[in-house]
Amino acid sequence: MSPRLRRSLWIALLLTPALLLIVAFVTLPILSAFVYAFYKWQGLARVGFAGFDNFRLILFQPPFSTWTYNAFFHNVIVFVALMVVQNGTAFFLAWMLSKGLRLHRFHQVSLFLPVILSTVIIGFLWKLFLNPLFGLVNRTLIAIGLDSWAQPWLGQPSTALASLIVVNAWHWVGFPTLVYLAAMQRIPREILESAEIDGAGEWTRLRRIVWPLVAPATTIVVMLTFIGSFNWFELPYIMSGLEGPPFHSTDVLGLYFYRTAFGTVSAGLQDFGRGSALAVLIFLFILGISAWWVRLLRRREIDL
Amino acid sequence: MLKPWQAALYQALLLMTTLVMLYPVVVMVLSAFKSTGEIYDSPFALPDSFALKNLATIWRETRFLAYLGNSLLVTASSIALMLASGTLAAYAIARYAFRGNEAIFLFFLAGLMVPLKLAVIPLFIELRALGLIDNRLGLVLVYAAMGLPSTVFIMTGFLRTIPAELEEAARIDGASEGRILLRIMLPLSRPALVIAGIHNAVPIWNDFFFPLVLIQSDHAKTLPQGLTVFMGEYSTDWGVLFAGLTLSALPLTLIYIALSRQFIAGLTSGAVKG
Repeated sequence: MSPRLRRSLWIALLLTPALLLIVAFVTLPILSAFVYAFYKWQGLARVGFAGFDNFRLILFQPPFSTWTYNAFFHNVIVFVALMVVQNGTAFFLAWMLSKGLRLHRFHQVSLFLPVILSTVIIGFLWKLFLNPLFGLVNRTLIAIGLDSWAQPWLGQPSTALASLIVVNAWHWVGFPTLVYLAAMQRIPREILESAEIDGAGEWTRLRRIVWPLVAPATTIVVMLTFIGSFNWFELPYIMSGLEGPPFHSTDVLGLYFYRTAFGTVSAGLQDFGRGSALAVLIFLFILGISAWWVRLLRRREIDL
Repeated sequence: MLKPWQAALYQALLLMTTLVMLYPVVVMVLSAFKSTGEIYDSPFALPDSFALKNLATIWRETRFLAYLGNSLLVTASSIALMLASGTLAAYAIARYAFRGNEAIFLFFLAGLMVPLKLAVIPLFIELRALGLIDNRLGLVLVYAAMGLPSTVFIMTGFLRTIPAELEEAARIDGASEGRILLRIMLPLSRPALVIAGIHNAVPIWNDFFFPLVLIQSDHAKTLPQGLTVFMGEYSTDWGVLFAGLTLSALPLTLIYIALSRQFIAGLTSGAVKG
């Protein structure tokens, strides 16, 4: 065997296991979803070509389209709210942590603790805490004299989604905080110090120097929050339920997709055709917006 | 420099945040030792005694240990498969020039942005055809594949930084390609392997979605999935519920406290510039 051939075989041998795995369990399933969406399904069997029927039902035919837009709207709310509540908090926390005050390491480790825990644990824990009668949240409100604020947080449409968003922010806030912290620690001290000598206060430095210089971190945080928001499933599944109760007020695309694909009492029999069409639409939406955004956000980034 | 009042303000805000993060966890652990009546009557108090009654109930009456074993088995196997295959591929991409090198690298990277949850219908059909539904091996294969993009990304980045002289010197000494990989490259890669391992092990250990779709029998369920079974069965016994949550959170929390630096670096890798 020639050395050239030996070398080629060796390289092929190195690449084969990983390529086999990713093609079989990532590439192929994703491409298949695009094919499956154009078929009519009965249970686990394809029973005929459907053209764009599945897409038409999801986008234009009530009640399916009503459910789609309702869920989509909630995903948008979740994304916007998390950007403000979770990532806004994270930015300021990171700034305070970057000062290297006493206990800053302890603060970091505490903030990041919920991030490592399963959404199932976090979801059940907060479901117990939000229990109207015996939950920690209402008991605390009553204990500090805010009796009138105590309410069935997960049981009424006006507060259910907001409660889930706050729990999600509690669960994940440590992640964007540490991403921002790492970005802030890369800012050369001289820049901040000379601004200070020129009389720029904390707020001015934060707004005029830190915020523009951590733009790459913001790009990543926005992307991850976006993908996470439009894939939201576990937390509403555990804390509310598959139907997005009460009255579909916590229904999101993830729950709706799962119901459509695998069937429930209210959504009827499983429909792999409509499920695949929904998956394809969510997929294209996430990919399209991400690609557009990365280009947009990259333009305002400054490399240090 | 911060003025003293600013430092005091920041410290106060940070302490408050830490309290908000830790207090619920502390209540969870304390409630694990309380009876349901105690939780209802005095939610803020310390437990009357640190009795292990609730923990004993879980031990005796639920399959907690089986779930834990399944989670360990599935996570360890998928990480092993992912690291082994991913490192080999990254090694080829990082250390050999060949046609298609860049294209294969980009092919792996494309997987970074793909939400695989959306491909769960074809995955279900494919695994069913392979006889791997309701089978822990099915989970292992999906997880290993899902972790490959980040593994190849992290390992390729690291392997590219190893100086070529090391490799060339070994080659002149007559070492085979396989020997160079095993004896020189792998030992040097240990820090990157840890990062790639943690980056994927935590989400795999915590995952609920794929077991929900792919596993049905109780004996094959992983910990997060098993937790949903038992939260349903004991829904009125809050002491046992909190004990179950505490026990489920315990393994990862202990490792995290010991290795917080590696955990934070591992989980934020990719989102943070090295």
